[in-house]
Amino acid sequence: MSEMKRRVFVLCAMLAVAGGSLFAPVHAADPKPVGRVPSPTVKIEKGEKCVEPTDVIRRDHMKFILHQRDETMHRGIRTTKHSLKNCIDCHADPKTNSVLGKDGFCESCHRYAAVSMDCFECHSPAPRKQTGGANTSAAHAPGSAP
Amino acid sequence: MSLDRRQFLGLGAAAAGVALAPGLHLIDLVQARSPEDKVNALTRWGLLIDTVKCADCEACVTACHEENGVTGHNRPATDAQWIRKVGLRDKRTGHVQTLPLMCQHCESPPCVDVCPTGASFKRADGIVLVDKHICIGCRYCMMACPYKARSFIHEAVTDQKPDVPRGKGTVESCTLCVHRVDRGQIPACVEACTKDGGQAMVFGDLNDRDSEIHKRLRSEPSSQIRPDLALNTGVRYQGL
Repeated sequence: MSEMKRRVFVLCAMLAVAGGSLFAPVHAADPKPVGRVPSPTVKIEKGEKCVEPTDVIRRDHMKFILHQRDETMHRGIRTTKHSLKNCIDCHADPKTNSVLGKDGFCESCHRYAAVSMDCFECHSPAPRKQTGGANTSAAHAPGSAP
Repeated sequence: MSLDRRQFLGLGAAAAGVALAPGLHLIDLVQARSPEDKVNALTRWGLLIDTVKCADCEACVTACHEENGVTGHNRPATDAQWIRKVGLRDKRTGHVQTLPLMCQHCESPPCVDVCPTGASFKRADGIVLVDKHICIGCRYCMMACPYKARSFIHEAVTDQKPDVPRGKGTVESCTLCVHRVDRGQIPACVEACTKDGGQAMVFGDLNDRDSEIHKRLRSEPSSQIRPDLALNTGVRYQGL
């Protein structure tokens, strides 16, 4: 009986490995709608790559920013690598100047995963330096002509 | 000439300092902090406000609320106030003086004593803050503060400054512009007072003997508000 159990276990393990290797490339690529299945909008606006590998940051971003939150708040450590402001600076949509909204980087994924986030009840969803859109040029201001 | 004990010890420390190699100190001196260093108790930030120079203006209040994105709803009873101008009138002579009043960044803050969650805390460098991630909005700290320095946010907030998160249901107060101080800048109120006001405010490290605030406090009379409470405030006043 135990021999039988072991065989089933080995078979399951092999299937799992095979399945993992088959589906891994699909997950690594940008999610695209497959048929009627909805998928979140993942738009990377700025920067070559994230501060952590994609699979790590997708799984653990909340742990990084939670840790950084206490470091900054209580110990005054203001490194930018895992700070929420750094996330927003890269990921805010230049059109809406925000990470929120239907196609916003944070909101679209969180809505898809049905995970509520409270960050933006207090934190600004806009980047520190405006990436465009709302930025008006002073050269066109009235009265600047001689 | 006779030396007392203090002078003798001082001379000894000076001799020890000279004897050591350059760059090696017995006592760490306060240095500019890099972003990855945590704050430490070698520094204690403080303010000195000269009420004689304090002009009849609101430059500090305007600058503070602009810097920190503090907006109201035209409801003075409940709108947040991080700093306010207080007028004092001598009943006999009619003499009126004004002074800015904000969180006094006490060494033994009553708001921290009463906080049930640990949200109200004092940073190692003496800045008293509210960790709004932990704050449950019970407002005990507002009751405990003898200076009425804290405000409760009653309504949902939008358009916060990226450096200054603010949200409904939490208590807040002057942070001594902690985000600016950590960058090596001075608080917005002090900057505004120096530029547009009466040059009445000085910001600095109360522990640094070479800082202007330390020199002034050492050589000129100053006072705390409610010294009877023995809170050892970080904000000191002159001319009261």
